[in-house]
Amino acid sequence: MGDIVFYLFAATTVLSGFFVVFSKNIVHAGFSLMFTLFGVAGLFAMLGADFLAITQTMVYIGGVLVLVLFVVMMTRIPRQNLPKHSFDRKIPAGVFSVLIFAIVFKVIGGTEWNVLPVDSPEATISMIGQKLLTEFIFPFEYASIVLLLAMIGAAILIRERKIEDEEEVQS
Amino acid sequence: MMEVGLAHYLTVGAILFSLGIFAVMTRRNAVALLMGVELILNGANVNFVAFSRFVETSIDGHIMAAFVIVLAAAEAAVALAIVLAMFRNFGTVHVDSVDSLKQ
Repeated sequence: MGDIVFYLFAATTVLSGFFVVFSKNIVHAGFSLMFTLFGVAGLFAMLGADFLAITQTMVYIGGVLVLVLFVVMMTRIPRQNLPKHSFDRKIPAGVFSVLIFAIVFKVIGGTEWNVLPVDSPEATISMIGQKLLTEFIFPFEYASIVLLLAMIGAAILIRERKIEDEEEVQS
Repeated sequence: MMEVGLAHYLTVGAILFSLGIFAVMTRRNAVALLMGVELILNGANVNFVAFSRFVETSIDGHIMAAFVIVLAAAEAAVALAIVLAMFRNFGTVHVDSVDSLKQ
């Protein structure tokens, strides 16, 4: 039963991932990215990572994906304006990424993983909270600073610059 | 059919990673390029959580994956702000058209 659910989530993730990469229409790519992220959240849930599954759904689908779709809507341009490629990038890129996948797949199959006996999953939220406030307190605080800086940086980057007006006001 | 184990999850992560690499290398729309980066980060996250489940006894992998999600959110916010600024200044989100520094 669990295996069937895994294959369902894995198929959702991989197929919609292919659609993200190969879809010509950027809006379709964005919406199929949603299914990829849902599939990854399902895989997290299958792995007993309840907190991460919820976080994935809230942060990625509720935050990042909405942001991406907003930017897609604000920056639509007609397709015929795009300059043509000087050469076809798809073939070398395809060869390269298939090569990477082949190497990783061979390593996965050829390594004797030190797999421990799998115990039944338990709630991870309190364990993660305790670790974040003891062992990982510095990365935790740094992450808050990074988020603050990203917020300020994004706000500065997209504000309307009216330098001439400000100089007129000052003079 | 094999029982689903570590290798299955790692394979899904590797597929997501390769797809993301392909998207980053071929897509010329800046937003689609960012989607490729998200795919790469998700592939890495699947690996983190899978190793945390099958190989280690603690849940440090979960914490690592949580930090990856945090950094991906920050990265997406800044990168999309840059894309919007690029669209305002150049009128396009096509990364090959934005080559003022090259001239």
